[in-house]
Amino acid sequence: MYNFSYQKVSSVADAVEAMQKSEDGKFVAGGQTMLPTMKHRLASPSDLIDLAGVGELVGISVDGETVTIGAMTSHAAVAASSEVQAAIPALAKLAGNIGDPAVRNRGTIGGSIANNDPAADYPAAVIALGATVTTNKRDISGDEFFIGMFETALAEDEVIVSVSFPKAGTAAYMKFENPASRYAIVGVFLVKFIDGVRVGVTGATACAHRGMRLEEALNKTFTADVIDSVELPIEKMNADIHASAEYRAHLVKVMTKRAVEACA
Amino acid sequence: MAENGIGASVRRKEDNRFLTGKGNYTDDINVVGQTYAYFVRSPYAHAILNSIDTSAASASDGVVAVLTGDDLAEDGIAPLICGVNVTSDDGEPHRAPLHPALAQGKVNYVGDHVAVVIAESLAQAKDAAEKVSIDYEVLPAVASTATAAEENQQQIHDIAPNNMCYNWPFGDKAAVDAVFETAHKISTLDLINNRMVTNPMEPRAAAGEYNSGTEEITLHVTTQNPHVHRLILSAFNQLAPEHKLRVVGPDVGGGFGVKIFVYAEELVVGWACRKLNRPVKWTSDRTEAFLADAHGRDHVATAEMALDDQGKFLAMRVNTTANLGAYLSTFSTMVPSYLYAFLLAGQYTTPLIYSEVKAVFTNTAPVDAARGAGRPEATYLLERLVDVCAEDMGLDPAEIRRRNFIPVDAFPYQTPVVQCYDSGDYPAALEKALQLADYDGFTGRAEEAKSRGMLRGIGLSSYVEACGIAPSAAVGQLGAGVGLWESAQVRFNPTGNVQVFTGTHSHGQGHETTFAQLVTEQLGVPIENIEVIHGDTAKTQFGMGTYGSRSLAVGGVAIAKACEKLIEKGKKIAAHALEAAEGDIEFVDGDFTVAGTDKAMNIAEVAFNAYVPHSYPEGLEPGFDENAFFDPLNFSFPAGTHVCEVEVDPETGEVEIVKYSAVDDFGKLINPMIVEGQVHGGIVHGVGQALLEGCQYDDDGQLITASYMDYAMPRADNVPSFDVDYAPTNPPHNPLGVKGCGEAGAIGAPPAVINAISNALGVKHIDMPATPEAVWRAAQSAA
Amino acid sequence: MQTISMNINGVSVSGEVEDRTLLVQFLRENLRLTGTHVGCDTSQCGACVVHVDGVSVKSCTILAVQSDGCEVVTIEGLATGSHLHPMQQAFKDNHGLQCGFCTPGMVMSAIDIVNRNGCDVDEATVRKELEGNICRCTGYHNIVKSVQAGAKNMGG
Repeated sequence: MYNFSYQKVSSVADAVEAMQKSEDGKFVAGGQTMLPTMKHRLASPSDLIDLAGVGELVGISVDGETVTIGAMTSHAAVAASSEVQAAIPALAKLAGNIGDPAVRNRGTIGGSIANNDPAADYPAAVIALGATVTTNKRDISGDEFFIGMFETALAEDEVIVSVSFPKAGTAAYMKFENPASRYAIVGVFLVKFIDGVRVGVTGATACAHRGMRLEEALNKTFTADVIDSVELPIEKMNADIHASAEYRAHLVKVMTKRAVEACA
Repeated sequence: MAENGIGASVRRKEDNRFLTGKGNYTDDINVVGQTYAYFVRSPYAHAILNSIDTSAASASDGVVAVLTGDDLAEDGIAPLICGVNVTSDDGEPHRAPLHPALAQGKVNYVGDHVAVVIAESLAQAKDAAEKVSIDYEVLPAVASTATAAEENQQQIHDIAPNNMCYNWPFGDKAAVDAVFETAHKISTLDLINNRMVTNPMEPRAAAGEYNSGTEEITLHVTTQNPHVHRLILSAFNQLAPEHKLRVVGPDVGGGFGVKIFVYAEELVVGWACRKLNRPVKWTSDRTEAFLADAHGRDHVATAEMALDDQGKFLAMRVNTTANLGAYLSTFSTMVPSYLYAFLLAGQYTTPLIYSEVKAVFTNTAPVDAARGAGRPEATYLLERLVDVCAEDMGLDPAEIRRRNFIPVDAFPYQTPVVQCYDSGDYPAALEKALQLADYDGFTGRAEEAKSRGMLRGIGLSSYVEACGIAPSAAVGQLGAGVGLWESAQVRFNPTGNVQVFTGTHSHGQGHETTFAQLVTEQLGVPIENIEVIHGDTAKTQFGMGTYGSRSLAVGGVAIAKACEKLIEKGKKIAAHALEAAEGDIEFVDGDFTVAGTDKAMNIAEVAFNAYVPHSYPEGLEPGFDENAFFDPLNFSFPAGTHVCEVEVDPETGEVEIVKYSAVDDFGKLINPMIVEGQVHGGIVHGVGQALLEGCQYDDDGQLITASYMDYAMPRADNVPSFDVDYAPTNPPHNPLGVKGCGEAGAIGAPPAVINAISNALGVKHIDMPATPEAVWRAAQSAA
Repeated sequence: MQTISMNINGVSVSGEVEDRTLLVQFLRENLRLTGTHVGCDTSQCGACVVHVDGVSVKSCTILAVQSDGCEVVTIEGLATGSHLHPMQQAFKDNHGLQCGFCTPGMVMSAIDIVNRNGCDVDEATVRKELEGNICRCTGYHNIVKSVQAGAKNMGG
């Protein structure tokens, strides 16, 4: 790790100020991706601004039809939350299968979506549920938040405050894990709203995205079988030693079918 | 049987320190004035080193020294060696390129050592390492095993035309070919034995300290064989004379072969601590381990079996290309030759075997022994081929094995490939394993699985391996530069407790307990009064270390022999003390008694007497401390049958091992709890190879699987619990009746798993690792 | 450099560290608590697991400065004198360790598993929850047995 200057802040305002003053600062949430990256000297921020002391960023609340999760809420807390389990069980299950128990105790929802790893789990849920990402500056819709590989709509000094998820009718998350990293080779978050189906797909392409072709088919007939006839663009799929593009495309369909079955 | 003696599952003596954080691993060692080494490694697989500029790094904060290959050469430190000769078919010795510990003029794999930075802190060393400026002239790389020796390939070493280390034929080719010409059936199989990174959980490390007063170097190092390290570092690398070099292998966190070898980093640390007159510590991080630990396996092979109309094996022909990497690691040459071809008979009576092994250089990390070493490669090839034969002949895999097993009354059995098997009852192990696995009930389970859309498969593997390495005469004939005896010293202290010094090394095997059980059994001393000491050349007289499942079969016997000498000595002392004739003294359960009387002395009293020899007659030597060497008469040949049952999800290609049964012959078990643990660990190592672990380089020689993010290690949820049982036989040449158990699982498991998957899918073959995508594709093609 | 203080195994300690110092480095190098091990550099092997404020954390993936003011328990803090913690005892009784290198992290994770899943935790749960701890020696069979036995022991 290169050296850097560490600061712990206690409010969002202080965090923003610290960032603006820094030469090339980074916010750190749970640090479960950032610290390994820095250990390998693949990132060299001048300042690390730790959001862990910002109390307003932690917590889960359910208000009417919305579940709001503070950005610094750990995956373990989301997984264990009876409120999330009751409102959107698929979301609690997703959180409970990120990384491993020790990683879940440190890793946070805000950190996960701000990092936007192409194989991360949360982005699929944010997209599929049509969540709203609230920052210190604005509300960003889930559909507009994820721009590209490790790229989001966030500005340098923008801090995620919370993520609000609408309570879904029925939802399911199906993940096919990379046997080494245990990240998603493919993850499909499917939500069956009263007025239609939304599908968030992670792992398959450079950035988590909505599975529009899958949605289109499922909006016509909500059965697993209908997925067989969906043509997915193989050329857009990631390919690596763990899964070719063709196999990933296939897995997107299999995971979608399984999600449909779970929602049926 | 003594309480806690042979056959008791004694809870391990070493566990308390490991469970309370009091283990003492190499990286735990810290001394005053310690510096930290960090290696600058080649980012290229193949390049000429035009220049190295260390000036900026040398001026960096906290840097004590930046050293390169020139410094090493100037100080007369010699290159790393390979200690086993294999003669190529041109009559010449294998080609052995120079292997300097720090590169001299050229780098040959990604991770090759270019320079070392030594600084007051590790962070400072790493900071400075980035400032070492190196001018590389990048050359094309050779990364593929199969094509390394093709004529148009880039040459890696001038000394090795066509990147060939050796071509080693073995057997009567003409006789084998003749059988193939008239055989009823020929079954063939092309396969790859996938390259693995051994990955003990403790990364390698070395900590060197120089005493300028005594001119002695003390090197703590993650080694499985401290004396072998000392010998090689002294005699070949010219680090220091043996009597001025102390090598300590403290607690070592797993070895599996990869800590046998003498590595560049260890030599450099030993050299640098004297050169700088400062303690130097180096600890590998996991990424470095992937890059620069010796890797394992990596064969491409074709196997053919000639059969008669009853499914009897008539002759076998095997053609193998083995990748040795960029340089020859310490014992690399013997792995794909002697340790491989001599096991190709397996459990069968195949009368004629011809094998040809082409060992090649590539721009990849050196390849050497890894858990099983050669024997897993032989077993995988043979046991896969046997299943292909069964399919070709329309026989059940169990039946074709039965028809070809070496019969029980044929032991000792001389195979056509040098080895003479000691003892075995292969049918017994097979039948017991089939029962344990409920082989007969498989069809019903497969049907039930099918109703859920899943494919079930069952696979057998009947393996034999050669361990208890090794008779010195045998390995000497084969070209080894060392003898493979073992030594022990059993020392009574005057107060009656016992220190046992062994030249083997425990890095997870539980020797401190197993060996204490041998001693309590033999001498009757309570186990809590026995301490087993290993791993320090300053404490243990001599030793050849731990690998090839040799510790008990060779080292244990040396301990037993030292105990016998103590009993003989004790009889003399007791005779004197009890005023009886030596011939009248009997030794039973720790007591020396005068036959037919109630006069007796406990062995502890004898020990005290031996050190307080106030009235000893001339000729009776004081002291109660004996040592012994043991050189085995033969290898030992553990064997068994493993049965793996899998369920394949044809939609995703995921494989679940639903049941795994193992029946092994390890001879007599000293501590069944420990043996069973070794079996479990070996099986999962083998399952890892079969399903998960595949080390991959790209065409430029970049290691793609350089961390646990890309190299899949088996985890708890990848495997089930196991059903383990035994079908022991008694190896007549081993005085303790023991064989060896540490590698069996890693040898037996891969073919059992792949046979099960092939069975489930109804395909002839699928290469390892059988990843979900590979299985999915195979399922597609079968369907 | 920053001065930090924390409670480790019931003892208040403080020290001066570079901002980039990891908790595991502070434990091993500053405090010489070498029971916590480092087995990888990608936060996967779990040899470094300790408890921070009561929950399992990979001490190679948290800065020492981030642990300032926290309560930390390491493998050295479990036994009472020569009396092993019930989970340590279960590992010994069930041969849940061989080389001992992954063991400290395994035991710390095991206790965390019991804290969250109770004393009757089943085999499948234990296997899944050990996802972040890699062992090369045991094949996990006896580790899983140990965790389940330790869970029962912890329940008294």
